[in-house]
Amino acid sequence: MNPTRKRRLTIVVLVAVAAAVAAGLGVYALQNNMNYLLTPSQVQSGQAASYTTFRLGGMVKAGSIQRSSDSLKVTFTVVDAGGAMPVEYTGILPDLFRDNQSVIATGHMSNARFIATEVLAKHDETYMPKELKDAMAKAHAEKPGIEKAGNRE
Amino acid sequence: MTPELGQLALILALLLALAQGVLPLIGAWRGNRALMAVARPAAAGQAVFVAIAFGILVWAFLRFDFSVQYVADNSNLELPWYYRIAAVWGAHEGSLLLWIMILNVWTVALAAFSQKLPEVFASRVLAVMGLVAVGFLAFIIFTSNPFGRLLPMPGDGADLNPVLQDPGMTFHPPMLYMGYVGFSVAFAFSIAALLGGELEQAWVRWARPWTNVAWAFLTCGIVAGSWWAYAELGWGGWWFWDPVENASFMPWLVGLALIHAQAITEKRGSLRAWTILLSIFAFSLSLLGTFLVRSGVLTSVHAFASDPRRGVFILAFLTIIVGGSLLLYALRAPKVAAGKPFNLLSRETAMLIGNLMFAVAAAMVLLGTLFPLIGDALHMGRISVGPPYFGFLFPLLMLPVVLLLPFGPFLRWGKGDAGMLKSMLLRVTIAALACAIVAAFFVDGHMKAIVGVAAAVWIGVGVLLYAYKRWREVPRGRRYPAEMAGMLLAHFGVAVFVVGVLLSESLSVTSDVRMAPGQTQHIGSYDFRFDGAHRTTGPNWRADQGVVTVTRDGKDIAVMHPQKRTYPRGQVQTESAVDAGITRDLYVALGEPMDAGNIAGAWSLRLYYKPFVRWIWAGGLLMMLGGFVCAADKRFRLKRTVTRAEPAIETRLQETRA
Repeated sequence: MNPTRKRRLTIVVLVAVAAAVAAGLGVYALQNNMNYLLTPSQVQSGQAASYTTFRLGGMVKAGSIQRSSDSLKVTFTVVDAGGAMPVEYTGILPDLFRDNQSVIATGHMSNARFIATEVLAKHDETYMPKELKDAMAKAHAEKPGIEKAGNRE
Repeated sequence: MTPELGQLALILALLLALAQGVLPLIGAWRGNRALMAVARPAAAGQAVFVAIAFGILVWAFLRFDFSVQYVADNSNLELPWYYRIAAVWGAHEGSLLLWIMILNVWTVALAAFSQKLPEVFASRVLAVMGLVAVGFLAFIIFTSNPFGRLLPMPGDGADLNPVLQDPGMTFHPPMLYMGYVGFSVAFAFSIAALLGGELEQAWVRWARPWTNVAWAFLTCGIVAGSWWAYAELGWGGWWFWDPVENASFMPWLVGLALIHAQAITEKRGSLRAWTILLSIFAFSLSLLGTFLVRSGVLTSVHAFASDPRRGVFILAFLTIIVGGSLLLYALRAPKVAAGKPFNLLSRETAMLIGNLMFAVAAAMVLLGTLFPLIGDALHMGRISVGPPYFGFLFPLLMLPVVLLLPFGPFLRWGKGDAGMLKSMLLRVTIAALACAIVAAFFVDGHMKAIVGVAAAVWIGVGVLLYAYKRWREVPRGRRYPAEMAGMLLAHFGVAVFVVGVLLSESLSVTSDVRMAPGQTQHIGSYDFRFDGAHRTTGPNWRADQGVVTVTRDGKDIAVMHPQKRTYPRGQVQTESAVDAGITRDLYVALGEPMDAGNIAGAWSLRLYYKPFVRWIWAGGLLMMLGGFVCAADKRFRLKRTVTRAEPAIETRLQETRA
């Protein structure tokens, strides 16, 4: 084989191997790390059943924040237009965490409670993540009947 | 009146950019010298008008001209003057103005230093820069005018996002943009080369320092951003694989591949097409970065006041630039000549593997970052890809790079020497193993930490051995030319970075605790005593300030004052307290009072002991330094090689005329 061809073959083989390995690992890593964002009403309608961990997005229900007296455990309720979900979290909450603030919590379900490992609130107090807005709008559209139930509770 | 002058200056700049972008291209095509000569004065004029516009905006901020919407939105009477200047690039419109301003700095530098380049080539390069400027100026003027009026004029403005009121904000965005925009030079070179139908080795040599400098600025910007996030946003994290961070990391990775590919092309003539492709991608990813950060299509913890409507414009612009240049590449690249052949065991192969890994890593980051958009388009639901995806794949992809790095410089171009490689392999393996065993006693068997030490020694010893080889074999004065010194510095920076990352990741101790005044917590070998919190005030904020005294074996180490600031418009911002050290950082952040009304009572606090975390940034800074030093090499300024290319141009000029 002449050197040019040999070099080209080397490059092609290297690229093919690297691409195959990267694609394989990428698919594997993606499968394990895709986080779905669901709203309380979507969780309540059973959409979270197939995921071990997912992200829960919604508003912090006014007056629902309760702190434990001897540890950093805090419980609050996340609501959207059609549902409510109690959340339990141990740790320090973000700066802008307060009543009626939109938050995204990552965690899993346990006994009808959402156990959060991370809670995010946006830095910009008027800002709501687009995906959360969309998800809430979608949940809203899916369940027009109980529209105000979550808020009135 | 002055804001309207700023607007006018931008419009004039746009017209000059059009002239700079179109006329020299026609000139180069028709062989018309007069048209080609337009490029430099047009570039200079454009820079003057952009600078005037920028100055007017700064001035509007300094004199509280709240009749300008942008000023009213991003500053108020209480904001100190230095943050008012930083506020110029605190939001969308101003940061675009900064972008175009920096593009002009690069263009003017290019115009000034390209006198010795062949005329046709230089005018094409400047024209491409001009076309990029046209896109951005049009974007500013038509969609995001920073000089829009707000009438009637409010008495006071809103506020700059408190997160941005930090010294980091004054230099992080300009540095980042210097890097982003700097890749436009390599891009312009490649497009000019494709237009001309050939890529002379000499031109690559000329483009190299520009790419190196751009990459070094980008490194600096990323390091500053990481440090800022650590101190300001991140509750002690230094990298989050957040879309906005990834946006700057992708061009960095491709830029890294590009500076290595350019070295191969310049020295050996090989991989020309690959070099061109990389420079197109590096700049495209820079544009994508601007787009991702500014459009708000992706959810990010760092996304500030974004506006999706403008995304459409940037997307169109991106499509034209990426699509156009790739089309040009498809049409012209096959004509680009191949260089000298190389053996499987050669420096080229080692660098090529590195190149592939960087490119694949950039693609991996791109996939993970854009996956929410893909998922959305395919109706898979609201998906995001978690940091573990990146955290798992990135180290894996970089493993071959780390393993090969010590050998790269030892390998010869074309054909490497297997015997020497074996002795090298033996030495670095022994050094890495020995240090790993010693380290094992100190780190309580943390595997990650041991691996970190071994990897760092592996790289570091490799670099030092090569430095020693040069010292022994090369006569004095020629041992370490700037290019060589820069390479050694940057590679050594990788070692420092690796050990910093792995040690701080594995040995950090974090504790979220509830502490009443007088209580003590034991973290690492340190005792943190909480001495209560009190009220304090700053120029435009008031804060609850905690006092934490840190002792070690009874000796006082530091008194730290973490704050919880409240800004005039009710925004809350945590100011963590950091006691920095070479081998460890102590980090305290104030959570919230356990009893909301009683700040003198118990608080939640986050306490960190972070060993070797500074080494992460030190490594990054060494890489940056390497980039700058490398660019200073005298070899890149040789006149001879450039003049040699001239006759070829003359003939080609005649061809085009004919």
